Amino acid sequence: MLAADQVLDQYFLESRCQLIEIAAMLDRYDRANGDGDERLTLLYKALEILSERGAGDNRAEQLLNLFTDPE
Amino acid sequence: MQIIQPHYHAIARTAQDYEKMAMSGVVAVCEPAFWAGFDRKYAGTFVDYFRQISEFEPTRAADYGIRHFSWVAMNPKEAENTTLSHEVLEQMPQFFQNPNVIGVGEIGFHKTTRNEEEIFQAQVEMAVQHHQLILIHTPHLGDKVRGTKRTLEVLAGLNVDPERVWIDHVEEHTVKAPLDAGYWVGFTLYPITKCTPKRAVDMIEMYGRERLLVNSSADWGPSDPFTLQECVMELRRRGHSVQDAIEIFHNNPCHFLGQSPKWDIKPVRLEEIEVERPVLTPR
Repeated sequence: MLAADQVLDQYFLESRCQLIEIAAMLDRYDRANGDGDERLTLLYKALEILSERGAGDNRAEQLLNLFTDPE
Repeated sequence: MQIIQPHYHAIARTAQDYEKMAMSGVVAVCEPAFWAGFDRKYAGTFVDYFRQISEFEPTRAADYGIRHFSWVAMNPKEAENTTLSHEVLEQMPQFFQNPNVIGVGEIGFHKTTRNEEEIFQAQVEMAVQHHQLILIHTPHLGDKVRGTKRTLEVLAGLNVDPERVWIDHVEEHTVKAPLDAGYWVGFTLYPITKCTPKRAVDMIEMYGRERLLVNSSADWGPSDPFTLQECVMELRRRGHSVQDAIEIFHNNPCHFLGQSPKWDIKPVRLEEIEVERPVLTPR
């Protein structure tokens, strides 16, 4: 298991790239004058979870549950 | 579709890259001089490096039917060593006589220091004096905005024709200022640390296709020359025409690089040929 600073050493740039990619996709949607969609709402909910420092160490699980079809 | 790879470090790549590029439409590559991954000690090492990219690499590329052109320069990172840099600069003009050398690059800033600026400015002046095209590297990651801003300030104080200058590695936060000032810009498709094919197409859609070049800058680090083809695919899947793709990935390099008399590859245009249907005669 990696130490905390090793996690950032190894994954900071990759995460930066993935976040920029999400930002670019949302920009693309806005430039296309999208007027909202359930999928977009889900993405923004996911970003809310990610923006919380204290969201817990199961963010991936939370996001997968968010994107899971209701039973 | 014919593609030109305008920024490619062939010295760091395999023959298989040439082979696969040839099979996927690449007709020419341009190789700027860059940092080798370690700081070199001797001016003579650079001279041999320039010989390798201007004399030997064209023969390696030719084995696959690909044209190879090169640029010579003291790269931004090693420009911090001004003593060595001036020794290298003294050797550069002899390479301008080489039939495959089209300009001075990649030059510019790495950490945007005074030493880098001294060598950057000297190389711009040399390029102008020798009628060479100019290729400018802009810094990676957190230094990019500051380095790009200073690049434009330095250029504004020199007697350069913006049409003959290509400012490379621009991204969303640095693309507008060089374009507004009349320079060519380059989108470098590079995994993780630069631009992605999707974002490059976003910027093409936002700013138009004039005065822009797309490249993979494939080198010795994690990089992939075929991100260029990925970018062509992304452009096409968004509904842009094949001719649009040709304009960006073949003709724009021809327009910029064609300002050098050594560049002889011409822009191409799709032609629709009306084929007369053969008359089927009954047996």
